[in-house]
Amino acid sequence: MIYREAGQFKTTYAADQAIFPIAQDKVVVTLAVVAAFVVPTAVAGDYWLQAVLIPFLVYAMAALGLNLLTGYAGQLSLGTGGFMAVGAYAAFKLATAFPALNIVVVFLLAGLVTAAVGLLFGVPSLRIKGFYLAVATLAAQFFLIWLFNKVPWFVNYAPSGTITAPDRALFGVLVTGPNATAQARYVFALALVTVFALAAKNLVRGRVGRAWMAIRDRDIAAEIIGIRPLPTKLLAFGVSSFYCGIAGAELVFLYLGSAETLAFDINQSFLVLFMIIIGGLGSILGSFLGAAFIVLVPIFLTNLPHLLGIAISTALRKQIELMIFGGLILFFLVVEPHGLARLWQITKEKLRLWPFPH
Amino acid sequence: MNARRLIVGLAAAALLVAPAARAQDKGTIFVPLLVYRTGPYAPSGIPNANGFNDYFTLVNERDGGINGVRLVWEECETQYDTKQGVECYERLKARNPVLVNPYSTGITYQLIPKAPIDKVVIHSMGYGMTAAADGRWFPWVFNFPMTYWSQASAFIRYVGQQEGGLEKLKGKKIVHIYHNSPYGREANPTLEELARRYGFELTLLAVDHPGQEQKATWLQVRRIAPDWIYISGWGVMNQVAVKEAAAHGMRMDRVVGNWWSGSESDVVPAGDAAKGYKSMTFHAAGAGFKVHQDILKYVYERGKGAARKEQIGEVYYNRGLINAMLNVEAIRTAMTRYGNKPLTGEQVRWGFENLNLTEQRLEQLGMKGMLRPLRVTCENHEGNGMAAVQQWDGKQWKMVSDWIEPMREVVRPKLEAAAAEEGKKLGYTMRDCAREK
Repeated sequence: MIYREAGQFKTTYAADQAIFPIAQDKVVVTLAVVAAFVVPTAVAGDYWLQAVLIPFLVYAMAALGLNLLTGYAGQLSLGTGGFMAVGAYAAFKLATAFPALNIVVVFLLAGLVTAAVGLLFGVPSLRIKGFYLAVATLAAQFFLIWLFNKVPWFVNYAPSGTITAPDRALFGVLVTGPNATAQARYVFALALVTVFALAAKNLVRGRVGRAWMAIRDRDIAAEIIGIRPLPTKLLAFGVSSFYCGIAGAELVFLYLGSAETLAFDINQSFLVLFMIIIGGLGSILGSFLGAAFIVLVPIFLTNLPHLLGIAISTALRKQIELMIFGGLILFFLVVEPHGLARLWQITKEKLRLWPFPH
Repeated sequence: MNARRLIVGLAAAALLVAPAARAQDKGTIFVPLLVYRTGPYAPSGIPNANGFNDYFTLVNERDGGINGVRLVWEECETQYDTKQGVECYERLKARNPVLVNPYSTGITYQLIPKAPIDKVVIHSMGYGMTAAADGRWFPWVFNFPMTYWSQASAFIRYVGQQEGGLEKLKGKKIVHIYHNSPYGREANPTLEELARRYGFELTLLAVDHPGQEQKATWLQVRRIAPDWIYISGWGVMNQVAVKEAAAHGMRMDRVVGNWWSGSESDVVPAGDAAKGYKSMTFHAAGAGFKVHQDILKYVYERGKGAARKEQIGEVYYNRGLINAMLNVEAIRTAMTRYGNKPLTGEQVRWGFENLNLTEQRLEQLGMKGMLRPLRVTCENHEGNGMAAVQQWDGKQWKMVSDWIEPMREVVRPKLEAAAAEEGKKLGYTMRDCAREK
């Protein structure tokens, strides 16, 4: 009834191919983005921003990146943690070597460095596919972490071997480092995610995205219709790594403040992969839903006994949390193997017909 | 019906378990406990957390709190994971903690920049950032009784004693096998410096996290045929290292772990092979001290114990006790100045900085001989702690050395330089301790 497109006529191709062809979608999404900027900064406390929302945004960025590669271009990667590490260490080196450099430029350059590394590790993708490619990217993961552990230059010879985000301001407001407020860091992270999500959305509905999907669906057929596999796959690796690199830089600069290589271990790669599988492969919205699921549900479950006023031992609480979380993952994958994004799509289709489904 | 009974049961259990929900006369002081009772490091985390709980319960039950101010605490599970630890800290921050024991080097690094802003004292007892021992740069961070660097120097002094003098170290071969993380690497600069000074051959061998795979490392060790081996390991890495050392026929009494590589869970899996293995420590193990009798009497007989009785006296249990005791004594010190009432983080910080734990006080606490007297100052946040060496005899850890003085003249200058570097990174300025009262 509310969600109805009757009467919305498209008179141009551009209008028909808009990101949100339905007027209600456009309004709701715009409002949601505005609300995301305004509401938490005004209402949420440090805990919400620092422990819940900022990590969600960081992982949404990483999930976006991996979704471009795995969801759209069909190249399975387990190197996400390693690529995030490249972004983080590159941002750290750039920010400390050139203190005058604008922090946005630092992030973008860190993304480009990661893209270059991603291209390098994407080369084998021309010859190997599927699980074998996953193993090849796993090598990237281990090699990169080993490299950052081994070479002290990457941490500016700090005896502790950790990298620490320096104080950097944007428009006169500190956005990174320990003295930046959670609000400023949140808004910065949100702005980055908004811009890059929009970019990703446009990328995947254009020529590039179509080429990726053609490669994903049947690479030989794609080659026959004139898509060159190597540049297409490499571009997917490059763009995906760019996103992951920025996510890694955000992880250190906006979320943790300082980090060691352990923050980027193989578990991160799996975590991001689970996000896109649960959220929905080949869906921008799915990246966000998946990140929300993996980041927020455990925190919610941890706090649940406390909210209900039930006191159970710490260890038991954690174990219950893990069990419920695992159960939920199974539940959603059984109910909808195509992820939360697909569930949302089905809901939308039902909503269109509601309340007269026949 | 069943569900209701369950809820009632849980609620009743809640009342029994939660020490928080009780009316107080003089108010309370809240301490968050970041623990890891699950996950890969749980075998170390559980006894430690139990030690904390039991000591705090003891203080409340036996003394009615610290000078009448009751302690309130809440555990939060970190799984030794930095991100979960930060989440815990941010959540518990809402309850106005005065201090925090991060119990992970990674989490400590996360919390150090927040400490002066949130006004929460960080006590990383024998771990965390070594440079923070310079209190002029890091007023909010304390790592007494000792840092990794002091510990490594004490190890070399011990080796010197065993070899018949530090000058005999010349030409000796020492291998450091370390967990390839900031924690594991901590001892390297000190060992390198001492190698230059005393002329021993030092080889640094990294083991990648988690440390199950050490075959290549030990083949190298075998080729080098070292006189002494120092291990900075953690969790499963220690068990594997001890097993490998025995399998390669090393003399176990010349394999020495640091104090995070010398607990029951590190040696028991290796069985008889672990006999003779040594580790550094800054406190005694075992349940034979008066404080343990008190705990049995006031905590366990009242059914409020956190551990099983036979776990009392394990290395990490005792470490939890000592850490809790140091927290309590620091708060007590602060009360001498600010009165017997709930304190703020800033007041407790003063207490930490002026902590003076005398032999006499240790005796009153029932911990005589368990650890050394300790004095913290504005400049020196690692205090004047000393290390000792303990040895596994197949059944228990036994102290086999006297207290060993670290080489402060070597460690301190390097520490001050590192503090200046780390402090500047955070935008700190050095404070003048002469002006502090």
